[in-house]
Amino acid sequence: MISLEQIHRDFQVGDQVVHALDDINLDISAGEYVSIMGPSGSGKSTLLNLIGLLDRATAGHYLLNGEDVTTLSDVEQAATRNRRIGFVFQSFHLVPRLSAAGNVELPLILAGMPAAERKARVAQTLQALNLTDRAHHKPDQLSGGQRQRVAIARATVTEPAVVLADEPTGNLDHKSGGDVINILESLNQRGITLMVVTHDAEIGDRATRRIKMRDGRIESDTQADADR
Amino acid sequence: MQTGDVTRFAWGALCGYPTRTLLMLLAMGIGVAAVVVLTSLGEGARRYVTGEFASLGTNLIIVIPGRSETAGISPTTMMGETPRDLTLDDARALTRSYSVRRIAPLNVGSADINWRGKQREVTVLGTTHEMLAIRHWELSQGKFLPATDLDLATPVCVIGSKIRNELFGAQRAIGEWVRLGDRRFRVIGIMGSEGRSIGVDVQETVMIPVASAQQLFNTPSLFRILVEAKSREAIEPVKQFIIDTLQQRHQGEKDVTVITQDAVLATFDRIFSALTYAVGGIAAISLIVAGILIMNVMLVAVSQRTSEIGLLKALGAAPRQIIVLFLSEALLLSGLGAALGLLLGELASMLLRQLFADLPAHAPAWAVVTALLVAILTGLLFSLLPARRAARLDAVLALSRR
Ligand SMILES: Nc1ncnc2c1ncn2[C@@H]1O[C@H](COP(=O)(O)OP(=O)(O)OP(=O)(O)O)[C@@H](O)[C@H]1O
Ligand SMILES: [Mg+2]
Repeated sequence: MISLEQIHRDFQVGDQVVHALDDINLDISAGEYVSIMGPSGSGKSTLLNLIGLLDRATAGHYLLNGEDVTTLSDVEQAATRNRRIGFVFQSFHLVPRLSAAGNVELPLILAGMPAAERKARVAQTLQALNLTDRAHHKPDQLSGGQRQRVAIARATVTEPAVVLADEPTGNLDHKSGGDVINILESLNQRGITLMVVTHDAEIGDRATRRIKMRDGRIESDTQADADR
Repeated sequence: MQTGDVTRFAWGALCGYPTRTLLMLLAMGIGVAAVVVLTSLGEGARRYVTGEFASLGTNLIIVIPGRSETAGISPTTMMGETPRDLTLDDARALTRSYSVRRIAPLNVGSADINWRGKQREVTVLGTTHEMLAIRHWELSQGKFLPATDLDLATPVCVIGSKIRNELFGAQRAIGEWVRLGDRRFRVIGIMGSEGRSIGVDVQETVMIPVASAQQLFNTPSLFRILVEAKSREAIEPVKQFIIDTLQQRHQGEKDVTVITQDAVLATFDRIFSALTYAVGGIAAISLIVAGILIMNVMLVAVSQRTSEIGLLKALGAAPRQIIVLFLSEALLLSGLGAALGLLLGELASMLLRQLFADLPAHAPAWAVVTALLVAILTGLLFSLLPARRAARLDAVLALSRR
């Protein structure tokens, strides 16, 4: 479902060119659970942003569900992002003035969904993440784990095909980090394609497919079905 | 996105930064209020002055001794000759046109009025019977000056109600003899209360026959001659008739100035309208300043909310949606500010009207509409740049910055 062909992403820093992604070829099927690990600066976030259509490749082709999305306009990419992709960030990125429910509602508002339908979807999603009693709390009234759960609710409320999580446990303690991973895995069990960038080997090893990156290249790509 | 949602989002963003929002509302509000108050003052002054002139009479032409200066230096002024006086004979000559309805010569001076030891200084108008009709004055009691020959110095007077009250109090004034300067006059009428016009408060004047005034002030000349034309169309021919007649009577010298009420009215109207436009324009500059403030604030908002913008993009907001969100915020800000300003401005002009009952200080509709439009347009225009900057923000960078 996700297919990257000879993807390059170069950054111009001064008179130097940084090859953040250097000839990446990658195929991910629907419903896979992929972890991406590697040293800092190896290009993990860049790869995830590219897959999430937040960034454009310098060269190469990216097919999403067989459609070449590298040539889409900004508006079309935005719409695809809204419908097909959910992001979870290390630092949650909740809008501080909006309640938990308000944050979860945002992608639906951007999609232009009518209010009544929205309310039902938001309530249902919050319920699934055990956040119903926190619906009207502002982010600063929530714990880190709860905030990340709100962020996951927001990422999944549009029922995307792919959830991309960039170090989702990076700002959490061990216990709530584990909870967040469990929630993400349960999404994967319901058929959502899940990609998690992490520095935590323990978390990375839980994925069924483990990709290791170094200097903008894929160093190893192992399927872990055997030891499950 | 649905309009209601956009508005709610923008409103939420404004409420998220209350101090900033209040200050902006105030800046915009003061700008609009300034336009409303200043133009209402200008318009009030215009209406006051033109109203006063209109109340002078209808189809009025005023003859003033002496040449208007616009004529430049004439041989007579070079030779040091003083202009010829206007006389009662001149006035009489002016009645000899079919287009003249009535005339009233006028003399003005001041004298002490005295009744049984009570005394005050008053303005004395020497005039005739016709004055009442020309100026649309009304009597509250008695009769006006008698319709006699202009030369007849009858010792009668008509007094203003204020003088009546001060001198006579509750006592009967009609029929009493008062002393004006060194002469005695019998009170035959009291002026009504509505008569008021530029420079002269009828309630504080005493009117006597013009010939009596000439004796009292010991002068053969007149201060003005008021001429009422039969119709509006007759004003110009009458004006020409007056100029010709007096030139003939004054041995060919054009030594009088003839002004028509219409011309004066039009001039004042122009002057005050220009004044109103000018103050309105100056006040509108504060709206532009407010617009620039809004631009600054929106620029700050964009950099403050960089990660929020990045997030919106990650959630699938198209560049245009980001622009719409920020423009709505600015529109809401300037719209509410303008509404606040309108309220403040109208309250202030109401206060002005309370304080100065004579001043009809109503902001003209064009000023109100323009102020609101300019406020909202500047708000929009000046936030275009910040909104576009927000829309162009690199989502990845915006999200990675914390
Ligand atoms: N906007 C940018 N401009 C210039 N260089 C960039 C930019 N974004 C990323 N890079 C460079 O690209 C390389 C890959 O960055 P990336 O953020 O993908 O690393 P990462 O694997 O996510 O690291 P970390 O584990 O620290 O998050 C780095 O060398 C980084 O400096
Ligand atoms: Mg990273």
